[in-house]
Amino acid sequence: MNEPSSGLEQTLSGWGRYPLLSGHLYRPEKVSTFTETLASKHHASVLARGFGRSYGDAAVNPSGLTVLTERLNRMLHFDERTGLLHCEAGVTIEEILEVFVPRGWFPAVTPGTKFVTVGGAVAFDVHGKNHHQDGAFGRYVQGIKVVLASGESVWCSQQENSDLFWATVGGMGLTGLITEVEFSLRPIQTAYIKNRSIKARNLDEAIALFEEYQTEYKYSVAWIDCLASGNALGRSILGFGDHADLSDLPVAQQSDPLNVSPKRRLKVSFDLPEGLLNPFTIRSFNALYFAKQLGQDIRSIVDYDSFFYPLDFLWDWNRLYGKRGFVQYQCAIPQETSREALTQILQLCSEKGWGSFLAVLKQLGAQEGWLSFPMPGYTLALDMPVRPGLWEFLEQLDQLVIQYGGRLYLAKDARLSAATFRAMYPKFPQWLEVKTKVDPENRFTSALSQRLQIEPVRVTAKA
Amino acid sequence: MREQAVLIIGATSSVARAIAVKLAKRGVTLHLAGRDVHEVERVARDIAVRYQNPISWSSFEAQAYDSHADFLQKALMQLGYLDGVVVAMGELGDQQAAQIDFDQAQRIIHSNYTGVVSILTHVANHLEQQRQGFIIGISSVAGDRGRQSNYIYGSAKGGLSLFLQGLRSRLYKSGVHVMTVKPGFIDTKMTFGKPGMFLVASPETVATEVLKALRQKQNIAYVPGFWFWIMFIIRAVPESLFKKLKL
Ligand SMILES: Cc1cc2nc3c(=O)[nH]c(=O)nc-3n(C[C@H](O)[C@H](O)[C@H](O)COP(=O)(O)OP(=O)(O)OC[C@H]3O[C@@H](n4cnc5c(N)ncnc54)[C@H](O)[C@@H]3O)c2cc1C
Repeated sequence: MNEPSSGLEQTLSGWGRYPLLSGHLYRPEKVSTFTETLASKHHASVLARGFGRSYGDAAVNPSGLTVLTERLNRMLHFDERTGLLHCEAGVTIEEILEVFVPRGWFPAVTPGTKFVTVGGAVAFDVHGKNHHQDGAFGRYVQGIKVVLASGESVWCSQQENSDLFWATVGGMGLTGLITEVEFSLRPIQTAYIKNRSIKARNLDEAIALFEEYQTEYKYSVAWIDCLASGNALGRSILGFGDHADLSDLPVAQQSDPLNVSPKRRLKVSFDLPEGLLNPFTIRSFNALYFAKQLGQDIRSIVDYDSFFYPLDFLWDWNRLYGKRGFVQYQCAIPQETSREALTQILQLCSEKGWGSFLAVLKQLGAQEGWLSFPMPGYTLALDMPVRPGLWEFLEQLDQLVIQYGGRLYLAKDARLSAATFRAMYPKFPQWLEVKTKVDPENRFTSALSQRLQIEPVRVTAKA
Repeated sequence: MREQAVLIIGATSSVARAIAVKLAKRGVTLHLAGRDVHEVERVARDIAVRYQNPISWSSFEAQAYDSHADFLQKALMQLGYLDGVVVAMGELGDQQAAQIDFDQAQRIIHSNYTGVVSILTHVANHLEQQRQGFIIGISSVAGDRGRQSNYIYGSAKGGLSLFLQGLRSRLYKSGVHVMTVKPGFIDTKMTFGKPGMFLVASPETVATEVLKALRQKQNIAYVPGFWFWIMFIIRAVPESLFKKLKL
């Protein structure tokens, strides 16, 4: 019954709904079938897909089977003393929050949406608002079970099979199928965040604020108005936060500090007409957003959901960008060149009218996985609807990013060229050696790996 | 109805897992069993981690009839007391293969019918003596009418429905409630990727409706409920016409 061979043919895309590709989907209900799928060799190539929250083409395999992990979500062990959770790769951050926040634990690193799987978090070594202090998801991973192309299940960690470990953390699903992950959660006293929101008049002020508070607050982020220009270039609202201790809460909340009431979730359920997101509407939106915050410096206590996942309340907000979809352009820029590079990028956006509803600036710390995105410095993310002229504009940005020693986040990418990718990721050759070793026949592929020409090096046999 | 200690057989099926989760959330003590004991263990551990309630597990082989008495004794020891049993085992099998090969047909019959009859014989005797408890048997709408496309599976489920019906009247006087569940299409591995699927319900929806029906002490529960009307119509089609349809 329902052998992997009968995978459902379907149109697939990432969160940005660009590009739309067709592929075969298969959804196993247990890890053992996940493994058999690979062993059956029925499909030339295989790729795991978590919740499809990467924006571009990383979670689609157009030439073989795309395997959904959503039902591979068993939690296998939790150590109440250390906070170490051992679970299958399809468990989502949302599930972890539901189960563990009431027990006083929180993911050590979480991206800006809770609808991602643990497998997806490992595969892109995701970062959170605390990257400058705490690093990325991979740092908290004690071990990973990977099914290799040979069908063999291998446990790897920083000590054991460490090459495979560092190639799999951030490895975009291209080294094997991750079936289990063991990683640690952090203890919390309450489900609330001490939040501080400060207005910055321009980029210089924003950067100065990040630096001033980088050791004081665990979490930080800035919302930038990327259409502002001149002296206001880079004007933004910075949000800082830290887990609230029991004593930080108002007395009324102290009796039940770990439970927050569930939020209502809204649905868009239709595509907005194209052109609705134009420089005019974006400018107005940003103006309103910045006018909304009256004070220069506001402190409050908010629940973790509102602080970390403001976008999740609109279940399918990706439809707001219309049928043609959108891309997110997220770059990391090294510390030394950040100010100059960011100024140039924002200037270009503002000049050419390529604004973004959401423009987010974050501080980053050290990188770990070989293809992991972060580097000490800053990251800027811009959402852009797909329309004529976009590719040319983004290529211009690519050149700036390379020139300043930065790189793009492949979890968001749908258009980078193979050459540009290589220029941005200096540890790629090291990674490729492991890929060649564990997957010589290139059984793990994705639309992204094909576009970026990521494949094992063909070694010609020596006499 | 007491619902403190429940045995779930065929626990790796998506519906059984969803029922187990719902019961665990209410603090019920569970014993899970199934053929793939490694998978049963994973499901059990998952429930233990998430809901922190007492849980045990063991292996159950439908066709190993001789082992069923022992199996029940061991499950009883683990549970301490038995309030109810959910039997969710069975497999769709391959009708095409079973049409030409009786071995295939026999496997379908054993896992969906004979195996269930065997274990429920022991369970029924125990609950009858105890004069309290419930049995939930997961049958299928496929057992309501023989169709050319899956009459072997259908006949085993049809047999099971009749067995449960008889058992229900036998156990009624001892205060034991037997409920027959007839699910329509459920979003599981049986249906994923199959063309022409419609009205597919999630395992969670099915589980919620099953437990609701149990509270209401329904005898036969179609889940989701609209399948009652669909099957009402399908059963009403005269044979002279039905045999000509490509169903
Ligand atoms: C609103 C929003 C906010 C976001 N914010 C952030 C952020 O703050 N920081 C950040 O780093 N990212 C962020 N992201 C991106 C997101 O965290 C990553 O794309 C993440 O990888 C998505 O996980 P997923 O489970 O949806 O995986 P998918 O998108 O389904 O897959 C992503 C990759 O993981 C691989 N993969 C998935 N499961 C497995 C497995 N079991 N074995 C092997 N490979 C696997 C896939 O092959 C693919 O290459 C955000 C995305 C959205 C939509």
